[in-house]
Amino acid sequence: MGRPIRFLLDGEVRELPADIDPTLTVLNLLRYHLRRTGTKEGCAEGDCGACTVVLGEPADGGVRFRAVNACILFAPMLDGKALFTVESLGREGALHPVQRAMVDAHGSQCGFCTPGFVMSLYAAQRSGAPTDPDSLKDALAGNLCRCTGYGPILAAGAAMGADPQGADLPALAEALAAIRPRESLAVEHKGRRFLAPRSADELAAALEAHPDAVVLAGGTDVGLWVTKQHRELATLVSLNEAADLNAIDDLGGAIRIGAGVRYADAHPALAALHPAFDGLLRRLGGLQVRNLGTVCGNIANGSPIGDMPPALIAAGATLVLRKGATRRELPLEAYFLAYGKQDRQPGEFVEAVIVPKPAADRVFHLAKLSKRFDQDISAVCLGLSVGLDGGRVTDARIAFGGMAATPKRAAAVEAALVGKPWTRKAVAAAVAALVHDFTPIDDMRASAAYRLEAARNLIVRACLETTGEPTLRAAEAVAI
Amino acid sequence: MPDAGDLARLKSALHAPVGHDSAPRHVSGEALYIDDIPEPPGLTHIAVGQSQRAHARVVRLDLAAVRAAPGVVAVLTPSDVPGKNDISPFAGDDPMFAEGVVSFVGQPLFAVVGETLPKARAAAALAVVEYEDLTALTTIAAARGADASIEPLQTMTLGDARAAIAAAPHSVEGRLGVGGQEHFYLEGQVALVVPGEGGDLHVWTSTQHPSETQHVIARTLGCPDAAITVEVRRMGGGFGGKETQSVQWAAMAALAAVKTRRPAKIRLDRDDDMVMTGKRHDFEIGWQVGFDGEGRLAGAAFDFASRCGFSADLSHAINDRAMFHADNAYCLQAAEIVSRRLRTHTVSNTAFRGFGGPQGMMAIERALDAAAWSLGKDPLDVRLANLYGVSGDQTPYGQVVTDSVAFELMTELAGSCGYRARRAAIAAENAKPGHLKRGLALTPVKFGISFTTKHLNQAGALVHLYTDGSILLNHGGTEMGQGLNIKVAQVVADAFQVPLDVVRITSTRTDKVPNTSATAASSGSDLNGMAALVACEQIKDRLAAFAREAFGVEPVYTLEGVRLGERVLSLKDFANQAYLERISLSAAGYYRTPDIHYDRAAHKGRPFYYYAYGAACSEVVVDTLTGENRVLRVDILHDVGRSLNPAIDLGQIEGGFIQGMGWLTTEELVFDAQGRLCTHAPSTYKIPTAGDRPPVFNVAIWERGENREATIHRSKAVGEPPLMLAISVFSALTDAVAAVGGHAVVPTLDAPATPEAILKAVNDVRARTGDA
Repeated sequence: MGRPIRFLLDGEVRELPADIDPTLTVLNLLRYHLRRTGTKEGCAEGDCGACTVVLGEPADGGVRFRAVNACILFAPMLDGKALFTVESLGREGALHPVQRAMVDAHGSQCGFCTPGFVMSLYAAQRSGAPTDPDSLKDALAGNLCRCTGYGPILAAGAAMGADPQGADLPALAEALAAIRPRESLAVEHKGRRFLAPRSADELAAALEAHPDAVVLAGGTDVGLWVTKQHRELATLVSLNEAADLNAIDDLGGAIRIGAGVRYADAHPALAALHPAFDGLLRRLGGLQVRNLGTVCGNIANGSPIGDMPPALIAAGATLVLRKGATRRELPLEAYFLAYGKQDRQPGEFVEAVIVPKPAADRVFHLAKLSKRFDQDISAVCLGLSVGLDGGRVTDARIAFGGMAATPKRAAAVEAALVGKPWTRKAVAAAVAALVHDFTPIDDMRASAAYRLEAARNLIVRACLETTGEPTLRAAEAVAI
Repeated sequence: MPDAGDLARLKSALHAPVGHDSAPRHVSGEALYIDDIPEPPGLTHIAVGQSQRAHARVVRLDLAAVRAAPGVVAVLTPSDVPGKNDISPFAGDDPMFAEGVVSFVGQPLFAVVGETLPKARAAAALAVVEYEDLTALTTIAAARGADASIEPLQTMTLGDARAAIAAAPHSVEGRLGVGGQEHFYLEGQVALVVPGEGGDLHVWTSTQHPSETQHVIARTLGCPDAAITVEVRRMGGGFGGKETQSVQWAAMAALAAVKTRRPAKIRLDRDDDMVMTGKRHDFEIGWQVGFDGEGRLAGAAFDFASRCGFSADLSHAINDRAMFHADNAYCLQAAEIVSRRLRTHTVSNTAFRGFGGPQGMMAIERALDAAAWSLGKDPLDVRLANLYGVSGDQTPYGQVVTDSVAFELMTELAGSCGYRARRAAIAAENAKPGHLKRGLALTPVKFGISFTTKHLNQAGALVHLYTDGSILLNHGGTEMGQGLNIKVAQVVADAFQVPLDVVRITSTRTDKVPNTSATAASSGSDLNGMAALVACEQIKDRLAAFAREAFGVEPVYTLEGVRLGERVLSLKDFANQAYLERISLSAAGYYRTPDIHYDRAAHKGRPFYYYAYGAACSEVVVDTLTGENRVLRVDILHDVGRSLNPAIDLGQIEGGFIQGMGWLTTEELVFDAQGRLCTHAPSTYKIPTAGDRPPVFNVAIWERGENREATIHRSKAVGEPPLMLAISVFSALTDAVAAVGGHAVVPTLDAPATPEAILKAVNDVRARTGDA
């Protein structure tokens, strides 16, 4: 049997044996093994935040705090990290300032979602995140409350104050350094395995040895295979511990986002490429999802409704695939072959995505349509990049999610736009070609007819917005 | 002597913004929910085998592989039910396990009792079920076409509405679809049953109705009620979803405990919970109103059709309440209200905050918008002109409205939120070119308070005064986050003039207070607060007799202690002396609401003790290219009478509003053609998040509020009424869509107003106004 999983809980080193069930969730570990029942199960799919816990991980000599959903986090993913649960904070009679602020603001009613909110606020406080209303709404977008209407919770966030444990950070960083894994983790339980190689090379080797393995990144998708579909996964190979995959490299005119980079960490880098990425990433999912999920995972799983592919296809991104020592690159849109089928061989993995900076003179526009503003899967997601010369379209890259079995470019509309003036009238005429590009489906998110019409209108709106027409987002700032 | 802190706490007892008693335990994770209770040794876990068909004969149910699977302790089927296989509240039409015929997708067919939940679940999946499909009616239209209903059509009339409408100078009509709503309590359905000796069972469950849970368990097991003790400390949310539909799961766990002689737990995961439990009824409403040139109503006619699901559950009373609220706050003058309660092969719809009232109010608000636009008037003026207290006082069911404060609330709110100026500014803004349109609406709420089933309007409480001066409080109401326990504790602390923490709040238990009603109909603090006060008064009466005997004076309860003439005794010393003189210091209080009666056959009477009122003004913006929308600003003024606790009441108002806003905007239940629910998890069913809270949200309790009836300290019920304030959002969205056509046509916008629904309505307005 290999080395145990080591993590910090309330500052103490805890060990889990190397033969634990590799897909035991941290939520069930806490509730049914450690009897820490403050962390609740609301949905077991990472969509309600009742199970929010906080992870501390070493970062640049300090500690990076992340609110995450314990319900879809596998226990081996705690290796080398510090775990904080609501019990880590305070007890009745000796509450932590975040808890005190929640009590004082009347931030709990039924109380079931409350520990999750406390932990999201705790993560924000320890991260030194701003506490203006918009920032708090972002920090809490992954937490559902059915009782309060959120006002008192936002008030608690505004009142919670600065991290009272700031002075403890060096000690925490030291404690994390002391449990820093020196060898790869290998968990084996009744023939099921969890491997966590510590470099891209090791990962490549592990996947060649286990070509049928499920590649695990943030687990925001794979976690649901276990909690919702009740699947038993034979071999999981985690890329989360491969340090060299957790990097964003500036290539000059482009950035290279490694497979281990979480949405939350890619967010500033992508927003620096173009501000449109900021709005999209803000709405891609709640912070707990963005703290675990990866940009490359959103591509690799081939989902037709991921938000990153249409945006990155529009930006002209290139995918880097690796098998053993062999790498190949392909335009991102070429990766998606059919529903559930991607251009990826057994033993091969997505190593990085290279995203060029949209040229300043291009129209670059991203849009997401969903029933709810935050933490919702897109009915339609648009990525659009249009070159203009003298007010006419020279070339267009327009990609949609939610419109087909894969993320896909709107080739007919692109062709119809080239040479046309970038005006409402001309664009509205050109988007009629969208029927040649897509035959969307009816589902619980939207009807086919709505998808087609709204997709056309999103392109028209992209045009209107470049001409300075007010947007919904701008209108939101001003009630009459 | 009490210290300054005690005095501060005491002073803050009644009518003060005291926090929720469990708040420190909520935020620290110490508050125990059912699944947090340490698991007893030998605990078994239950997984439910569900129907995959909406309506079918079960021609084969082979459970051999299920029984043989590892970790299976028992398999429960209808033949294992020793009593009656029925968990319905009264109609006798709701089996614990379907027998022979299944009536909705998700209906329980059998249950597996396993050593672990994963093992039970894996075993349940091994069942071999063969079906012979029968005609499935899964929509309102289908059930209406087949004339399938849970009871005969009901009609309520005031005067001759059809003639009044025909004679009126103007009339408009239309139809409105109103979607259902999933409760989405954060804590799903859960129960834990531990067998005791002699057939006793102790049941911990997350329910709004401990007594019904007790009765149904006794009915299904064929044992006396007295053998069953049901206990509820708190729920992680209820909203009506745990009024009747929590009972089935507790009864299943009780059956498992009896069969296996081991403790049993059932906890539905989110998807199973959403598939297997009922929701708010969706409605199709036809409406017609006649009015004069000022928009004053001459008469109104409504045709309600609701989807009840496969069984009656509480649908009779829910649809009755829809009829009661067809007028909302307006005197209809003449009314014809028809209600069709349709039986469908979908999960049985049930109570949900508002209990049919919200659906009932929707059409009159649409009708008044339409009337105003047809006359070129501001809808606010038409609403004001038709309010009870302005244009009349006769309800369609014969109750006379004597307590309306809707006019005061609406005019005060219109002033404080700058309605008139904003209406003009929005009209100017909408006249500019662009793909955004704004909308504004100010709507009232009038909500009838009392169970409309008369016998439910009763409650009990148990108060013990101990010889150390501490007080134990128990009552029949349940705590689901609404702050009932703290409110009742405030009443008790005030009665004895003691600090709040002297009063110990305890679990609701059927062996302490029997034969209780559900905590529902917003009645919790009205009924239980009064029962607790009655109990306190009984103890105080006995203590007064003792004081007269022993001290020759009447005792006066004060901040400093019990004043007995010149002497002041602590409550502890006073209680102890009374005890030594053999005075009983425990009392069971009982209360029933006075002055209510209703003749259901005639649909006439006084079903409500009083009404709660509120008003809200919402401003929205709509993107006419995509239907996306945002609620920009909301102002609320709400009447809670003399608030028992303004902090708790504000929480109910804000939370109720946001929940109502979700119902009317983002929360969409989608069933497929086979009757399967497609939106059975938060990934697909979208309740509001923090980001949906309007950026400007001003909520105020009406300071002049005071209940004219002798309710508990002149407060008013607050649980349900604020939900319907959100109709202002729906009306504002309709206003924005109407602005696309210059208010020349009434939008066909249905609820929920999803982006798709809005875009469809925008397109329809464009088509009808020739602006395609």
